[in-house]
Amino acid sequence: MGRVIDVPTTRREFLTLSALAVGAGLGLAACASATPLASSGPPLSGEYDGPPVQIEYWNGFTGGDGPAMRQLVADFNKSQDLITVRMNVVQWAQYYQRVVAAVHAGKGPDVGAMHVEQLATQASRQTIAPLDDILDEIGVSAEQYPHEVWERGVFGDHRYGVPLDVHSLASYANTDLVAKGGGNPTPATRQDLEASISALMSAGVKTPFWVPNRWPAHLIFLSLLWQFGGEPYSEDGSKATFDSDAGIAALSWLTGLIQSGVSPKNVAPDSQYTAFKGGQGAYTWDGIWQINDLKSTAPDLPWTMSALPTIGDTPAVWANSHQLVLFKNRSPNDDRILASKAFLRFLIDNSEAWSGSGLIPARSEARKTPEFLKSPQAVLEPAVPTMRFLPPVPALGEVQAQTLEIALADAILGRQSPEAALRGNASKATQLMQANLKKFEVKS
Amino acid sequence: MTQIAIGRRHGVPARSTAAVGSSTTSATSRRRDRRDGWLFLAPYLVLFAVFVLLPAGFGVWISLHDYDYSLPDKPFVGLDNYTGLLTGDSPFASTFWQAMRGTAIFTVFSVPLLLVLPLGVALLMNLKVKCRNFFRATYFAPYVLGVAVVAVLWRYLLDTNIGLVNQYLSRLGLDSAIPWLTQLPWAWISLVGVTVWWTLGFNSVIYLAALQDISPELYEAAKMDGANVWQRFRNVTLPGLRPVLLFVTSVTIIASVNMFGQSYLMTQGGPGTATRTAIYQIADTGLTNFNSGMASAMSMIFTVFLAVVSVGVFALFRERGTTSARAEGEA
Repeated sequence: MGRVIDVPTTRREFLTLSALAVGAGLGLAACASATPLASSGPPLSGEYDGPPVQIEYWNGFTGGDGPAMRQLVADFNKSQDLITVRMNVVQWAQYYQRVVAAVHAGKGPDVGAMHVEQLATQASRQTIAPLDDILDEIGVSAEQYPHEVWERGVFGDHRYGVPLDVHSLASYANTDLVAKGGGNPTPATRQDLEASISALMSAGVKTPFWVPNRWPAHLIFLSLLWQFGGEPYSEDGSKATFDSDAGIAALSWLTGLIQSGVSPKNVAPDSQYTAFKGGQGAYTWDGIWQINDLKSTAPDLPWTMSALPTIGDTPAVWANSHQLVLFKNRSPNDDRILASKAFLRFLIDNSEAWSGSGLIPARSEARKTPEFLKSPQAVLEPAVPTMRFLPPVPALGEVQAQTLEIALADAILGRQSPEAALRGNASKATQLMQANLKKFEVKS
Repeated sequence: MTQIAIGRRHGVPARSTAAVGSSTTSATSRRRDRRDGWLFLAPYLVLFAVFVLLPAGFGVWISLHDYDYSLPDKPFVGLDNYTGLLTGDSPFASTFWQAMRGTAIFTVFSVPLLLVLPLGVALLMNLKVKCRNFFRATYFAPYVLGVAVVAVLWRYLLDTNIGLVNQYLSRLGLDSAIPWLTQLPWAWISLVGVTVWWTLGFNSVIYLAALQDISPELYEAAKMDGANVWQRFRNVTLPGLRPVLLFVTSVTIIASVNMFGQSYLMTQGGPGTATRTAIYQIADTGLTNFNSGMASAMSMIFTVFLAVVSVGVFALFRERGTTSARAEGEA
């Protein structure tokens, strides 16, 4: 994608036009393209030296990662005088709908953070711009990142995201409870975990490992599926394969925990985590984004964290990555694009500060800094090569929410056998994926 | 006078025949009359057209396309969205019909409760007891809460494993593992129960207002005739409430078929997709998943069902109305 030459619209021209037009909508339509445009603007050399400009930065860091990002933005605003970054935080659940609507309405932000598994979808929906041309300017290259995280930022022939962090599931243990039964707080293998669990149960710890029926059930399942050697979806997005033998083995292991009383029945979404915080459940698998939450809302809970034990044949864990993106715009403005690039460069250069979010900085260099090494999540650093990501398929997340997540709920609540639940929903997922292939074909 | 009334009803033009030789003044006044009407209607009509008619028309148009506003290509697919849903060929069909059934289940169980229980509450509120205003406020209080507050509150209370309700049940030595939100039929019981708790106050207040409109002389007269409490309720209270019953019934049905927030927040449509409602599924398909064409087709089918129900309700009450009128006439 080459640079789009677009007549730059200054603020004054825009204001005049707006004043002339009766409605605000008419004003926008008069000077903006009907569809969002990608523009990489003039090259950024050194510091930004244009007129003072304010750029909009949207993300969904609402949890324990929020304060760390607020700090980074404040640091950037303090570091220079010309650019003001205004951050807008929207819950991830609504973020991806809102940002599409905003960009298409011509009111989109300039810079954003997104989950890597959303990049294909957002690129297909004309929301985000390719970054291939600006990688040099903001100083990033492939060798600075773990291979898989870097590669997942590419969709079609273009790169759409620059990795900020990786975040995976982890195994949390309540060290008090585990010590009571003489179990291993950081189990590494299936034998480890199962032996610890039975030791705990005979020591009177009821239901040491809770299996939730919704969130984060699908993240647990995907980790296990990969461990058993399966793949959830074909790489080309044509077929759902989570009903393979590996999938059935993974889900059967989870439902087995419920049948044998290791987990209570009917665990509601997030209840497994709330219970763990309340001192029930010796082990729980949840995202590393809970680290800051545990620190602040359960300060008395004695806990430790380790990589997910290998229940299947090979170590693997579901992971995701926040990637920095530039948005398309119906009326691209060179100053704002330059300022956005300067801001991106700052975020990447200061990756190690992002360790404060509880997540793992994607940049390999940043993972060697003392900031990261003293963080609780540093124990997961050796597991980074085992982290697995969903393939870059447009609208895959939407398909997954309607099929795989339902299958897991049905099996974990005992309404269907693992096999029946996975089979039925995999064929439905394939149908939806085929429809999506056709729908997004024109673009990619 | 009659002529004018007839002319108006049939829309007969003013100067149609010489036979209507009444006068030109009546014709002009009739015309002016109509213009005034339009003038008074205009503010509402404009809003109605802009926010209801146009979007509805646009919705029909969208439902004929594979419409995703973020994609440049929105191919025309004719009636495919409809036939896919009606024949079950579309991958969206099974969840959609399950959601329609969900709406039906919720409506069938919540509406009777929301018609009867508030009446009982209103009768209690109407008694002359101490702290009457306090009780009235107590029953009405939940209604002022938003759906998010109510749903999140009850989600915590009703959690199977860490919820307060099961905790208390176990204190009482009862079954303490009731899956309030994760198994059927409990999930429906919870949703209906919470909705009744939440909105009962509204219907109660309407009933209460109607009760206070019933003249005390009627009760006195009935008492003089030796009517007992039940007979007074049956023959004085109920007929007195008839005028508001149509309103309460329609409003309650509308609220129930539109149920969305409770199941979205309390059960997330679960277990599986069992407590998804039609609105939930339409919102999920159109807004979360960008399949606006399919979602619009779903809405249109849903609208047809709603129209049938509304016609049913109005027919029911019209019949009642005429019989009661006849009864009054006979008396």
